[in-house]
Amino acid sequence: MALPAATESKDVILEVSNLSKYYPVNQGFFTRQKSLLHAVDNVSFQVNRGEVLGLVGESGCGKTTTGRLIVRLATPTSGRILIEDTDVAEIKGQDMMEFRQKVQMIFQDPYESLDPRMTIFDIVAEPLNVNGIGTFEEREAQVEEMLSLVGLAPPSAFLFRFPHELSGGQRQRVAIARALVVRPSFVVADEPTSMLDVSIRTGIMKLMAQLREDLGISYLYITHDLAVARYLCDRIAVMYLGKIVELGNSEDIVKRPLHPYTKALISAVPVPDPAIDRPLPNIKGGVSKPIDPKPRCRFYDRCPESADSCAEAENPELRDIGGGHLVACHLL
Amino acid sequence: MNELVPTHETGPASLAEPIWKIRWKLTRRSLRQNWEIFKESRIGMLGIILIIAFGIFGAMWPIMINTVWDPMVYDPVVGFDPMMMHPSPPSGTHLLGTDPIGRDILAQLMHSTGREFLLGVLSALITVVIGTAVGTAAAYYGGLIDTFFMRIADIILLFPFIPLLVVVGAMVKLSFLPFAIIMGVLGGFGGITIILKAQALSVSVRPYIDAARVAGGSNFHIIVSHIIPNVLPLSFLYMMFSVTSAILSEATLSFFGVLNIDMSWGMMIHTADVAGYLFDFARYWWLWAPAGLAITLFCAAFYMVGRGLDEVVNPRLRKR
Repeated sequence: MALPAATESKDVILEVSNLSKYYPVNQGFFTRQKSLLHAVDNVSFQVNRGEVLGLVGESGCGKTTTGRLIVRLATPTSGRILIEDTDVAEIKGQDMMEFRQKVQMIFQDPYESLDPRMTIFDIVAEPLNVNGIGTFEEREAQVEEMLSLVGLAPPSAFLFRFPHELSGGQRQRVAIARALVVRPSFVVADEPTSMLDVSIRTGIMKLMAQLREDLGISYLYITHDLAVARYLCDRIAVMYLGKIVELGNSEDIVKRPLHPYTKALISAVPVPDPAIDRPLPNIKGGVSKPIDPKPRCRFYDRCPESADSCAEAENPELRDIGGGHLVACHLL
Repeated sequence: MNELVPTHETGPASLAEPIWKIRWKLTRRSLRQNWEIFKESRIGMLGIILIIAFGIFGAMWPIMINTVWDPMVYDPVVGFDPMMMHPSPPSGTHLLGTDPIGRDILAQLMHSTGREFLLGVLSALITVVIGTAVGTAAAYYGGLIDTFFMRIADIILLFPFIPLLVVVGAMVKLSFLPFAIIMGVLGGFGGITIILKAQALSVSVRPYIDAARVAGGSNFHIIVSHIIPNVLPLSFLYMMFSVTSAILSEATLSFFGVLNIDMSWGMMIHTADVAGYLFDFARYWWLWAPAGLAITLFCAAFYMVGRGLDEVVNPRLRKR
């Protein structure tokens, strides 16, 4: 894939190149031809140290799969993931422990991502426990420190509670504390605010921004909410059916969207002004299934601007159209 | 980038109490809460009361034989009362009468109670330990391990083991302990495995399992500290039902006289049967009714406790 040459590898903490993940479907005894669901299809991007990259897209576009591939909860079909210059796919044995301390994930649903039979202390201390970090007293001190860092103060009031005794926002803070207690340098945040009430959401977002400053963490922030992405992220990558269609600085993406899909997404964000008259998004049809997709542009069926030439042409590659703004569209 | 190394400014261990004390308190609290829910269930409480009653009944045996009763007369296996015709109906000296060879029915009943407890609990324990381990492993690893154990479970479920044991028992008389172990193992690899596997499967796809993996937990760690604790309440519930099935199988096989057990409730009915008294069962009711009732109530008691526990384990069954 034609990408601008990687900037100094010193600055790049995560480099994903040509990453693909296909899932076999209707793999029966008698079906000879098996279909493939292209969850993530030839995706490349980088995250620089200290940066927050937002991965935005609708449900089922492969953004969570990308996150799971990066933390190695799934293995890629092809492509490479480099984190601090180590190939994630080739980590084995002892290096795995190191990797788990370096790369962490915050999960979407705080009601499901905490073991209901464990106390808050055991949940937050688990990453330290399984990696054999510190003595019991040290772990306990770290857990308490982390809990107050995420705004659960005083920690002693929370240590021996069970998750069901906490509110959604508090649980997500526990989940964040647990992910950050091993001091990772890179965190995949999979829609950490989407299951929370709007009133709590800003608190968690502020916390994540604060922790990024304090601990120098780089995030891959997966979300379907452009407003959240704009608030938190330095750059935004827009995904559609397993492909990145547009990538650029947050303000660029939001203010000057170029890809028809991004334009439609932006036009769907509510504006808090009743007087504003927005054009209706003129996108056609529903989400197509990413099972054995045609080699042409994934957005072709729904694209309001598609030209006849798009039907025949190969899937467009991401091209730099200046200022680090990358778009995958034939019409630009 | 990890220049923020752990600082211990919050001070070392500021816990008010040692950790084991806190955990013990938490365990006690959760037991108390579960007991509160269990108490709501009348059927469960009835089961508990019955089990306690059987417990007292069984515990009285050694006291009675050592103080009140003459072992020569009241021994459940070799006792004989030369003072009357046998089988004799209930009377002052023999509250539940005597069997065809002159042994006291009440003494037999009491003597057997402790054995039935031991048999039921031992085989249920084996069942649950095997069922939990195998079910969890099958659910977590899937693939060949899963297929292998599930097919074994299917075979055990479908194969009529009681008739088989009757045939085998005609050749090799199983004694008490081997029988408890065989029942435990058959139960453990049988239906319980499938139920516990289903539960483990639903636990193993929860996000907290992924979270544990990202935290760096090994397969062993995930199984032992996440999956099993979340399957255990259901295991405990099925342990109650296993007791019932073990006792019932023992009674059935004893009745056919294929077990090498000197005395049990099933054996008592067997004794009446081989002596031909069951043909006139209404007249010689004391030969079979006490043992039959004991088997029924004992099994029912564990079943009822299981039903009560069901409401603790499965919140959707709760009335409030």
